[in-house]
Amino acid sequence: MLTFVGLGLYDEKDISLKGLCAVKNSDYVFAEFYTSRLMGIDIKGLEKFYGKDIHELKREDVEIHAEKIIEKAKRDDVCLLCGGDPMMATTHVDLRMRAEDAGVETKIIHGSSIQTAAIGICGLQNYKFGRSSTIARPYKDKVPETPYDVLKNNLKNNLHTLFFLDLSEDLSEAPMTIREGLEILLNIQERRREEILDIGIGIARAGSEDMEVKADFIEDLMEYNFGPPLHILIIPAKLHFMEAEALVKFARGPKEILER
Amino acid sequence: MVSRREMVEKVKKLMDKTERIRNIGIVAHIDHGKTTLTDNLLAGAGMISEDLAGKMLFMDYDEEEQERGITINAANVSMVHEYNGEDYLINLIDTPGHVDFGGDVTRAMRAVDGSVVVIDAVEGVMPQTETVLRQSLKENVKPLFFVNKVDRLINELKIDKKDMQKRLAKVIEEGNDLIKEINRDKYESGWRVNPTDGSVAFGSALYNWAISVTTMDETGVGFNEVYDYCKSGKMKELAERSPLHEVVFDMVIEHLPNPLEAQKIRLPAIWHGDMESEAARSMIECDRTGPVALMVTKILPDPHAGEVATGRLFSGTLKRGMEFNISGINRRNRVQQVGVYMGPDRIEVEEIPAGNIVALTGLKDAIVGSTVSNIEDVVPFEEIKHVSEPVVTVAVEAKNMKDLPKLIEVLRRISKEDPTIQVEINEESGEHLVSGMGELHLEVTAHKIEKEKKVPIITSEPIVVYREGVLSKAGPTEGVSPNRHNRFYIEVEPLQEPIIELLKSGSFSMRLPEIERRNLLMDAGFDKGGAKAVVDEYRSNLFLNMTKGIQYLPETMELILEGFKEVIRGGPLAKEPCQGIKVKLVDVKLHEDTIHRGPAQVIPAARNAIYAAILMAKPVLLEPIQKVFISAPKDYMGNVTRELQGRRGQISDIQTEGDVVVKGTAPVAEMFGFAGDIRSATEGRALWNTENVGFQALPQSLRADVVLGIRRRKGLKEKVPEPSDYI
Repeated sequence: MLTFVGLGLYDEKDISLKGLCAVKNSDYVFAEFYTSRLMGIDIKGLEKFYGKDIHELKREDVEIHAEKIIEKAKRDDVCLLCGGDPMMATTHVDLRMRAEDAGVETKIIHGSSIQTAAIGICGLQNYKFGRSSTIARPYKDKVPETPYDVLKNNLKNNLHTLFFLDLSEDLSEAPMTIREGLEILLNIQERRREEILDIGIGIARAGSEDMEVKADFIEDLMEYNFGPPLHILIIPAKLHFMEAEALVKFARGPKEILER
Repeated sequence: MVSRREMVEKVKKLMDKTERIRNIGIVAHIDHGKTTLTDNLLAGAGMISEDLAGKMLFMDYDEEEQERGITINAANVSMVHEYNGEDYLINLIDTPGHVDFGGDVTRAMRAVDGSVVVIDAVEGVMPQTETVLRQSLKENVKPLFFVNKVDRLINELKIDKKDMQKRLAKVIEEGNDLIKEINRDKYESGWRVNPTDGSVAFGSALYNWAISVTTMDETGVGFNEVYDYCKSGKMKELAERSPLHEVVFDMVIEHLPNPLEAQKIRLPAIWHGDMESEAARSMIECDRTGPVALMVTKILPDPHAGEVATGRLFSGTLKRGMEFNISGINRRNRVQQVGVYMGPDRIEVEEIPAGNIVALTGLKDAIVGSTVSNIEDVVPFEEIKHVSEPVVTVAVEAKNMKDLPKLIEVLRRISKEDPTIQVEINEESGEHLVSGMGELHLEVTAHKIEKEKKVPIITSEPIVVYREGVLSKAGPTEGVSPNRHNRFYIEVEPLQEPIIELLKSGSFSMRLPEIERRNLLMDAGFDKGGAKAVVDEYRSNLFLNMTKGIQYLPETMELILEGFKEVIRGGPLAKEPCQGIKVKLVDVKLHEDTIHRGPAQVIPAARNAIYAAILMAKPVLLEPIQKVFISAPKDYMGNVTRELQGRRGQISDIQTEGDVVVKGTAPVAEMFGFAGDIRSATEGRALWNTENVGFQALPQSLRADVVLGIRRRKGLKEKVPEPSDYI
């Protein structure tokens, strides 16, 4: 049996009680942190808290050598731990399909996802979001422009956009900051001679005690110091009056947005 | 002899008078007398003493060159010549004639507006004559002929007056036929050389005399007089009555264009930006008040100044302290010194206007071929394509481990100075691969590392550089990204011969306007749809995108092409470069989100699909072939033909007038050590040379062994991979 356990947003205590039981009762525990990272705890801390040895998997171990995980799960009760809610990462869907093909039973134990948490933190309405997108770092000066296109399309349909920011596979490289992400979008905007960016909302360290959230005009948001990672970015479309009020109250948004 | 200071002053004055400048190159088949001609021209112009010329090989200032008696590095000289009472500035670039150094000829051609093609009156038009003419015409550089060694016709072949004129006419006809064949339009519009209008000179560079139809009236020396003087051995008198430099330089000034005239003709051949732009206007007009546009054609180390970049200034005025963009580099470079050449010396000047050949220091990031400009985002000059490609490799190791860092530095520098040298650095094994155009080219390079750069090295035996190609169609194959969210469908097939020729000729470039590009491909046999689909050209291979309207493909294409290039740099058989392969992307399935189709996903998926497709398309190993020419006394004919046939060689022609001349082809792999063997087979009496002429499939019987040998050498698994290893 292969159980995908979502660890939630930030540290060892974000796991659900059901998830914790599954980990404690399992024969073998894998974890992978390349699709999402828990910034509030390291593997050692998790091992101590859950009372289990944890075997970390690299990207290739999941993508290319998945059969090793599956083989193990044929005989034993295996847990695969990951940040957030497991099936939010397409890779896990793929792994689950492969396991099913190999006759291995699978199960999901959900955790909180930044996808819903971010929306809740700033008080926007779930119904008003369009497609989300990841802002990736340029590769050899080539900037992928999909995130900008997604934003533009969402705005056209009056929908908010949630941006994930590049988590480099190389763990020594810092995750992308809100400022970096905004810079990439602004550069594309400038190159295309358009003007679609107006207000943005930044959230840092969601799920932690020193979580930071700030809504502001883009140029002011660029200057705002959000502190350590992880960061996430929302570019809202036209706001419902309740959303505007929530942004001012929960995200210290500029009062001008109430008048729009 | 004019004093050096006076000469410098004259040069400085003339730099400003664009209509009085001629930028020329002297080119020839090896041993046709190019360097001797250059030296005696220098002497005539008062640059070196006349007695020394010819003996000291002034242009061959590289110690290495003098030892070997051949010119290796193209050097630049500025000289002053008086014509019809006016001073003219002649910027002269000397070029090597040996095939191994063809890259230098190509680069020199970029800097000049006219060429003097030296042809040996006895040997006539030879293969490299054709090569240099081709290079000249490709760059829209107007050629003139100097028919050299006329004295040998008279004194050695002992032909009579009538036959002499016939022989000379034949040489010119052969040359003209080539011009016509290479570029009919130019031939018909006045680039056909013609003895009666003075665009051909005849003479002897060694004995320092020349004649042309134009000078005959003035000097009273015609073919009859030449014959008599030569017959009676009064060469010195002949040289006094009709001196070489007068005749040649008069011809150059009268028949070759000045930069104002030349840049109009040359720009379309060397620059493919917007012809309506300010930059284009300024270059076409050779405008000294316009933006600076310079192309670097040579980089040489200098003990005092670091590196000296030489190039042709097409537009603007250069001054010390100016800052420039270098194509392909993000930083700006500041010019420290501005100068012109006189022999091996640079003379510093305050400023130089457009139209001149210049020497600059301070351009740290420039490499040969760089475009230097103060325009942001200037379209770079067309890449200098080398007609020949590297075919031989040696492994180089530092003798002392402690020299390793220095060796790496030196190798990087050498590949910067000579772009026909390819260097692959392997910091782990400490063994570095240096590839060049022939055995001699690499010997000279190794010598340079030891003598000039003072790093003792050990070099391996030379190794042939093969190519990988395909014989049939295959595909589509499916390449899946590691995260399994993206799929790429690839077909490959061999490119037709005319297309390969087009790509190798260098006249095709992705930078050309799209319509022009398409027409070139269609003229060479491509169908319209295919020509439209070409998205990249790399080392004589093409990548075609046959898909339509796939979302996100544009931003993914760059990564797919990276996978394509990786395969081309090292094919599946033996990790040798590929050539002549058409790769088609026929379908793609991509993940929605950017992060799931990044470089780590797309590059390997595209690469694997192409590898698999090549393996299914009857892959073959291609080996480089050389044309070989050997001339030796008749007695050695048997030995000479035996030497060539013993090397899987094929003899195409044997001429027996005077010496025996054997022409044929042989694989480069068999030609190693030929120098020594032919010397002993003919007791040192043979003259010979070779020329790279492309690649041919390796005979079936040798294929498996050669592939295995390369795989072992490179530390690859002995077994050639199967398509299933990739998909």
